Amino acid sequence: MASQPQDISEFVARKYEAGFYTDIEQDSVPPGLDEDVIKFISQKKGEPQWMLDWRLKAYARWLKMTEPKWAHVNYPPIDLQAISYYSAPKSQENAPKSLDEVDPELLETYEKLGIPLEEQKMLAGVAVDMVFDSVSVLTTFKEKLAEAGVIFCSFSEAVINHPELVQRYLGSVVPVSDNYFAALNSAVFTDGSFVYIPKNTRCPMELSTYFRINAMNTGQFERTLIIADAGSHVSYLEGCTAPMRDENQLHAAVVELIALDDAEIKYSTVQNWYPGDENGIGGIYNFVTKRADCRGANAKVSWTQVETGSAITWKYPSCILKGDNSVGEFYSVALARNYQQADTGTKMIHLGRNTRSTIISKGISADQGQNAYRGLVRIAKGAANARNYTQCDSLLIGDKSGAHTFPYVEVKNTSSQVEHEASTSKISDDQLFYLRQRGISDEDAINMIVNGFCREVFKELPMEFAVEAQKLLSISLEGSIG
Amino acid sequence: MLEISNLQVAVANKPILKGLDLSVKPGEVHAIMGPNGSGKSTLAHVVAGRDGYDITGGEVTFNGKDLLALAPEERAGEGVFLAFQYPVEIPGVNNVYMLKAALNGLRKYRGQPELDAIDFLKLVKAKTKSVGIDDGLLNRPVNTGFSGGEKKRNEVFQMSVLEPRLAILDETDSGLDIDALKAVGDGVNQLRDSERSFIIVTHYQRLLDYIVPDFVHVLAGGRIVRTGDSNLALELEERGYDWLKDETAVA
Repeated sequence: MASQPQDISEFVARKYEAGFYTDIEQDSVPPGLDEDVIKFISQKKGEPQWMLDWRLKAYARWLKMTEPKWAHVNYPPIDLQAISYYSAPKSQENAPKSLDEVDPELLETYEKLGIPLEEQKMLAGVAVDMVFDSVSVLTTFKEKLAEAGVIFCSFSEAVINHPELVQRYLGSVVPVSDNYFAALNSAVFTDGSFVYIPKNTRCPMELSTYFRINAMNTGQFERTLIIADAGSHVSYLEGCTAPMRDENQLHAAVVELIALDDAEIKYSTVQNWYPGDENGIGGIYNFVTKRADCRGANAKVSWTQVETGSAITWKYPSCILKGDNSVGEFYSVALARNYQQADTGTKMIHLGRNTRSTIISKGISADQGQNAYRGLVRIAKGAANARNYTQCDSLLIGDKSGAHTFPYVEVKNTSSQVEHEASTSKISDDQLFYLRQRGISDEDAINMIVNGFCREVFKELPMEFAVEAQKLLSISLEGSIG
Repeated sequence: MLEISNLQVAVANKPILKGLDLSVKPGEVHAIMGPNGSGKSTLAHVVAGRDGYDITGGEVTFNGKDLLALAPEERAGEGVFLAFQYPVEIPGVNNVYMLKAALNGLRKYRGQPELDAIDFLKLVKAKTKSVGIDDGLLNRPVNTGFSGGEKKRNEVFQMSVLEPRLAILDETDSGLDIDALKAVGDGVNQLRDSERSFIIVTHYQRLLDYIVPDFVHVLAGGRIVRTGDSNLALELEERGYDWLKDETAVA
């Protein structure tokens, strides 16, 4: 016969296309973490005293905390003293104001990643903030957005230019002491994106941030804060890549979303950090805290994530449904192949009346990949008539991979409804043979089955991202067909 | 067109086909009948290229090409189509989308240009009408949540769109009510022409009321033990298979 079942393991041996390194002069602090490093970062960014105080307070809390061990992931201890906490391209020293002033090396890097920065070439209607290691390189369409009253800038700029908003909302969703990695991030975060949508404003374009880790031995600790004021609407996308190398690198981000009365935030992620090689060497540790607060009545937050990268993913984009009638959604596709490990899911905390949440999680495991869904649905006493629907599906490719589901449900209210459905399936030889018999090649057949499995999530992504996500997932053969 | 000679096939070291010969010429309809476990489905699967069978001897050629050396999608490209006994569900994959990928896969194999969406939809529309399949099925995920009858009709619909040179129907009649059976029969009859051949694998004679075969073969104990015309099917319906078993045992 022309092919054998073990070919399936070869299907997943696709190439990581974003694995190049940009040779650029970087300005980095030596590895290590102490108060001086934090002061250095704060000073480098010209931060006001309150910001530094906030960082130092977080650092003091972090020193008393220990690394959590409950996730279904395995990794050797991370030496946080071996990481450099600040690294920026030298050419960024005097923050460029326009595209013409940005180092061409950097522009080329983003071009290579498929993100043209010249505004006329860009996808009309998408503004981009580019974060390269520890700094934001440039934010496009800033002026155009400002006309609508929308603030979209790097986090560092927001601290200087919009201190009242930052002070009011920073840490209000993810407190500094929330967890070990969030506390660490609060102490040492270097940049990220800041978004404010004023009252009754529909953001005129998609906003996006592209995170790139480039330097060796650095960690990326970014902070994203999005505030949707009453009656506003915004769709935000983030993408991430990193070079291929043998060392693991830590990425510990914090994302806070605040939706006030009748506001809606749609947050989409295509996470493609370097996953490590086929023997499990290298890759990013992606330990991220993402949380949204539906603070106002009728607020809505929708998380959509496609997680194909990282050696280890540990994140639970969550919603606190405080406002009455508020809505939380979580749509996720997580792929774990080779030796990747993913422990991801969501928390839906129902506090307000008539709050609703939907969770659709699709886990794909291939090779030795381990994929865990971990979710919490908590319905508080006051959350009368709250409703949740959860669907967790796992797809196994090959016979060495694993899928795990850890759903937690806490209901303290008798008028609420909680539904949970779960399934585990394999790409069966029957499905493959069926499609091949119709004339479809085996690699196309696998892609078709995997994409079909993820369809409910992909349809939630903005168009350009849906295409990108499908491409990422399409597990190409690279000439390995037997 | 299809030449099978002395085909021997084992599954997990257990011989299933023990020297099977079959010759199908263009335009012919052959019915393969036989008791449970006689190797009928094995024959269908081996011709279509399913994994998991050890071919221990013999050969299968299709228009002169060694069929056994080709991958399933290449055999499809050569014009072999299998209507499955148990069509498999593929959640999330739109039926028409799959069919378009399939048709263009075949066209690519044959060095023909791909059909664009408009031409393809025209074709689908025409075939929908001629097969009499419910439009609603077309845009549902492949076989997902289909009834038994809907799955079989979908197989016939796919066959009519893909226009194979040799169609093998593997117990397409099983589990069908009389209306569905007739629809399947009509679908096949519409496709019959002097170039296209069919192998109808079945247990019962009843499908052959609608599709009148040129030859009826009885497969028992891994070999074709008797060949006749459509009257043989009627005889089998009346007398069962046991008398043949006795006869072959004697022989």
